[in-house]
Amino acid sequence: MSQRRVVVTGLGATTPLGGDVESTWKAVLAGQSGVRLLTDDWKEMLPVHFAARVATEPADQMERVEMRRLDRSEQFALIASREAWKDAGSPDELDKERLGVVIASGIGGVITLMDQFNILNEKGARSVSPHTVPMLMPNGPAANVGLELQAKAGVHTPVSACASGAEAIGYAFEMIKNNRADIVVSGGVEAACHQLPMAAFAAMKALSTRNDDPARASRPYDRDRDGFVLGEGGGILILEEYEHAKARGAKIYCEISGQGLTSDGYHIAAPDPEGSGVQRAIKFALQNAGMTAKDIVHLNAHATSTPAGDVAEANALRKALGADADHVAVSATKSMTGHLLGGAGAIESVFLVKALQDRLAPPTINIENLDPAVTVDVVRDTPRALPAGDIAALNDSFGFGGHNVVLVFNSI
Amino acid sequence: MALAQADVLAGLKEIVEEVAGIPAASIELEKNFTEDLEVDSLSMVEVVVACEERFGVKIPDEKVTDLVTVGDAVNFIVNASN
Repeated sequence: MSQRRVVVTGLGATTPLGGDVESTWKAVLAGQSGVRLLTDDWKEMLPVHFAARVATEPADQMERVEMRRLDRSEQFALIASREAWKDAGSPDELDKERLGVVIASGIGGVITLMDQFNILNEKGARSVSPHTVPMLMPNGPAANVGLELQAKAGVHTPVSACASGAEAIGYAFEMIKNNRADIVVSGGVEAACHQLPMAAFAAMKALSTRNDDPARASRPYDRDRDGFVLGEGGGILILEEYEHAKARGAKIYCEISGQGLTSDGYHIAAPDPEGSGVQRAIKFALQNAGMTAKDIVHLNAHATSTPAGDVAEANALRKALGADADHVAVSATKSMTGHLLGGAGAIESVFLVKALQDRLAPPTINIENLDPAVTVDVVRDTPRALPAGDIAALNDSFGFGGHNVVLVFNSI
Repeated sequence: MALAQADVLAGLKEIVEEVAGIPAASIELEKNFTEDLEVDSLSMVEVVVACEERFGVKIPDEKVTDLVTVGDAVNFIVNASN
């Protein structure tokens, strides 16, 4: 069998910056922040009073009856998948045994879990919704999309905290490479803007507490960053085997040509300061794609705005890419979207695909004083033009537990 | 005092519309929950619990399978309220 190549033929998103890819990407290029003060009374219990909720409520994009059987994370998955499927030309004639779905969530239906726990305590077991389990299971977003599209090649949900979304795309890439499927709907979602996960992340001192200036709280690489900002939403990519896409005349955005996966074996939550796991993931991803660091012109960084994480990542990038890091435009889009946890690697892959298409690296906002420990070339404030010709770019994602995922995309 | 059949039907229509999105106008006594109204087994559980709350009756789990049509449910609720 000849080597199967994998391309991106559709995109979808619902994010703190917009209810679809077009509005989100426009806001990203304009350097807008999706972070806002919470309006919920419960915020007073917490040390953090802000988050990056989706710009368009699911109620504006789907029917009420459908919504009540779906956790918010599942609603995001369906909204973004419908957009992506349509963007791919709605290839409904495909043999469904050759259609897969890989959609991740870091936490699953935590809002449903907490709501139903309250109902159990207040009204008793008989009042607990029979839809609770399908709503709270972390594979629920993937399962609902698979059901809607009748996907029969396999529906999967890798769970690796904040690396989940990228890992899902990598899994989808391998499904096509290994000839299990011709099209795979892939990505990640998260819906955890709720008092319990926020209190829990705050207890780890992982969240920014810049309550007096929420829009400037997510500031990767800034000297005075103090933690990440919780975001919600998700991103979906339609991955397709290259010849299959060509044969049906599909619009092809770019190719996904490699992935690298490693684990740190260091600490349950803290990044390895040596970043050796990240370096190995970059090396493996480039090898897998048949490239070298010379080919890379852009990287959408994990950079969550935590004091330890941003520098550990930047150091690892510098070590892995060496002198070639000088021609890699590094963007930290969490400065605008907040951190979508299991959706992060997915929405950032959507941004990477758009960056290759438009030849524009998105900006990193809120850097007032670049941390001197950051030795990579960060794109600040406004987008930066990427070179003409054949170019390639990386997306890296890391998760609590020491998971490292690097994806390689290139123009085609 | 027993509930009136018309009141129970009106209430049940509202519940089924809320739970399953079936327009109240299409919900009639002879309609079959699964075949005509496409109320699946999970949604049927919701309908039963909502009826118990609304009409103040108990619908034991072993009776639920007997409630095939809207009329079966209305009759059960009217009798149970007696």
